[in-house]
Amino acid sequence: MEHPEHVKHPEHVEHPDRAAAFVANGERLQWHDKSLWFVREKRDRASGVIPEWEELRALAAGIKAHTLSRLADYLEAFEAKATALGAHVHFARDAEEHNRIVHELLARRGITRVVKSKSMLTEQCGLNHHLEAHGIEVIDTDLGERIVQLRHEPPSHIVMPAIHLKKEEIGDLFHDALGGAQGISDPKALTEMARGHLRDKLLGAQAGITGVNFAVAETGGFVVCTNEGNADLGTALPRLHIACMGVEKIIPRAKDLGVFLRLLARSATGQPVTAYSSHFHGPRQGGELHIVIVDHGRSTILGREHYRRTLQCIRCGACMNTCPVYRRSGGHSYGVTVPGPLGAVLAPHVDPAKHRSLPFASTLCGSCTDVCPVKIDLHEQLLLWRGDLGRQKLVPLKKRMASRVAGWILVRTWAYLLLGSIARWFIPKLPKALAQHRWNDWGRQRELPPAPKETFRELYAKRRRTSGKAK
Amino acid sequence: MRDVALFVPCYIDQFYPQVGLAALEVLERFGAEVDFPPAQTCCGQPVFNSGSFDAALPLAEKFLDVFSSYRYIVSPSGSCTSMVRHHYAELVPHRMGELRGKTFELCEFLHDVLGAKPEGHFPHRVGLHASCHGLRELRLASGSERRIQPFDKVRALLSGLEGIAFAELARKDECCGFGGTFAVAEEAISVAMGNGRIADHERGGAEIIAGADMSCLMHLDGLIRRQKRPVRVMHVAEILAQAARDPGAEGAGGAEGAERADGADELVEAR
Repeated sequence: MEHPEHVKHPEHVEHPDRAAAFVANGERLQWHDKSLWFVREKRDRASGVIPEWEELRALAAGIKAHTLSRLADYLEAFEAKATALGAHVHFARDAEEHNRIVHELLARRGITRVVKSKSMLTEQCGLNHHLEAHGIEVIDTDLGERIVQLRHEPPSHIVMPAIHLKKEEIGDLFHDALGGAQGISDPKALTEMARGHLRDKLLGAQAGITGVNFAVAETGGFVVCTNEGNADLGTALPRLHIACMGVEKIIPRAKDLGVFLRLLARSATGQPVTAYSSHFHGPRQGGELHIVIVDHGRSTILGREHYRRTLQCIRCGACMNTCPVYRRSGGHSYGVTVPGPLGAVLAPHVDPAKHRSLPFASTLCGSCTDVCPVKIDLHEQLLLWRGDLGRQKLVPLKKRMASRVAGWILVRTWAYLLLGSIARWFIPKLPKALAQHRWNDWGRQRELPPAPKETFRELYAKRRRTSGKAK
Repeated sequence: MRDVALFVPCYIDQFYPQVGLAALEVLERFGAEVDFPPAQTCCGQPVFNSGSFDAALPLAEKFLDVFSSYRYIVSPSGSCTSMVRHHYAELVPHRMGELRGKTFELCEFLHDVLGAKPEGHFPHRVGLHASCHGLRELRLASGSERRIQPFDKVRALLSGLEGIAFAELARKDECCGFGGTFAVAEEAISVAMGNGRIADHERGGAEIIAGADMSCLMHLDGLIRRQKRPVRVMHVAEILAQAARDPGAEGAGGAEGAERADGADELVEAR
């Protein structure tokens, strides 16, 4: 789903290597982890004020599962209603088609300046790159998105795109890119600077592109949630509004919105609701509205029974905030547009070989599954992917051989006992230079386990004999 | 048919035999008739989680051959128990009937099946490490993500011990970073996570980090010993067994026990 990757993701670097590089900066590691944990705790408090939180999750999961079970019907209903409201609905098979449709809409009108509110879909499709290559300026108007855009790097989080950056780094960036004074790190001053810069861009824009959080089949309307009001400004000023959505954004009825809006912001940032939940029903007066509905690999996932539930996702990012691995390795370590547990189960659908390290970038702690507002069994899917990658021989040979040897030994009690006694004999005799050698991934920073003289089973047998109990 | 088959995970058998003995002792104290089938080896979780479902299959078959005739299968490991109870469905779906409703983690079995109320004396401040699989797959406690009535079976078992105090954690159920082969494959993150856990327990004033999964504790202990930190690790079974051997103020070692209990109170207050 992440093709084409226009962003600066080096080819096939494994997650552990990038994670180690992130960990090496101890200070960044600490505050990245703390910042996201702060959001996770805020989410805990915000969800705690809703007594029926767990029922709400079950309801949301049920609505989404139902919708996915008859997705085509709901998409057709949405198309009919939206068209009746005066919108133009386009369907795109993949990123390429999506980018072509958007470009043609702009090119036919001679548009060269576009503002865009945050949309992970257009990020996945590489829309900015595509339009820029055709001489169209695309300005991301979400503050965090604008920051990473100016840095020519991808977002590191789907809700907080610049969470990996310190305010000092943003001050330096604004100094270089926007002509701000040197050494400014006051968040308010930085925001003011960005606001001034973005206002010019918004006023000069000829078209506004937004994402879609929820599209309602019953009404043909859709909802865009932001905290900065940038989607509203970006669509109110220019005449042309292009809304891009994945096929899975559809929900059946207007009254279902209440379920999702209550879950979304609380799960994402711990807010009761996003600052702006803007409803669009047809084009504004004198304006034009185009809705581009994109498949881009989603129907493949829909056809894979065990993985289907990932399409229930409402992109709140809660699984990232809670993931102890994401918090300590940063979004860029995943090398895909959507990082964290969700990204790790989505990415292998596109290119299992390229993203083979991602399902292993987890301790399978299960926190992502329990935090998910639509009950996606993320850690179970990570485990399933490991099995699928193993079957496709995409697990590194060393690991596969180790598993085969271990399996052979463990299924034979005598071999297991023999190996155990060798290990227990060997461990205490290991010279420190070997036990703590840099290629000993356990022993470099940890002591090896103790090596008792007797196993449990030996002690058990002895105990039976002395207590006179017959087995 | 014996009542309870004790499943001692391979690494506990080899490296932490005292944990197996403690589990045996505790089960017997609460009236279980326990057998240890000697043909057992490993549940297959390490190879399964590494993506080798093929290699895990014969291990699941072997496990069932060894254990399925018992009324209960009890193990001092949340992670291995969860492997058998949940993930064998992927490997041996046709044999899940042989397992239905009878695989238990030790604390779960004591709490839910035997209704045990452990007694004894354990005058120490304990940090409870809620191991992930026990927490989120076996539901040994309510978990901080879910908005449900809070409960904690491990803590409930330990709470009855005289003199025990608990370290309160800032992140009460965050993963320690072990994760099986993750500990090796993602060494940097694994160690960073482990150090974070130890620091949280230390801030809470824990003398002992206790858990129902020796694998998490093995990882934390490896870090603790390398860094020569003052805290140490103990399996919950070891605590229950040790406490039961020490009746405290009311028992044989009365005076000594009472003194130690006072000491623990002071310690608690000092923190």
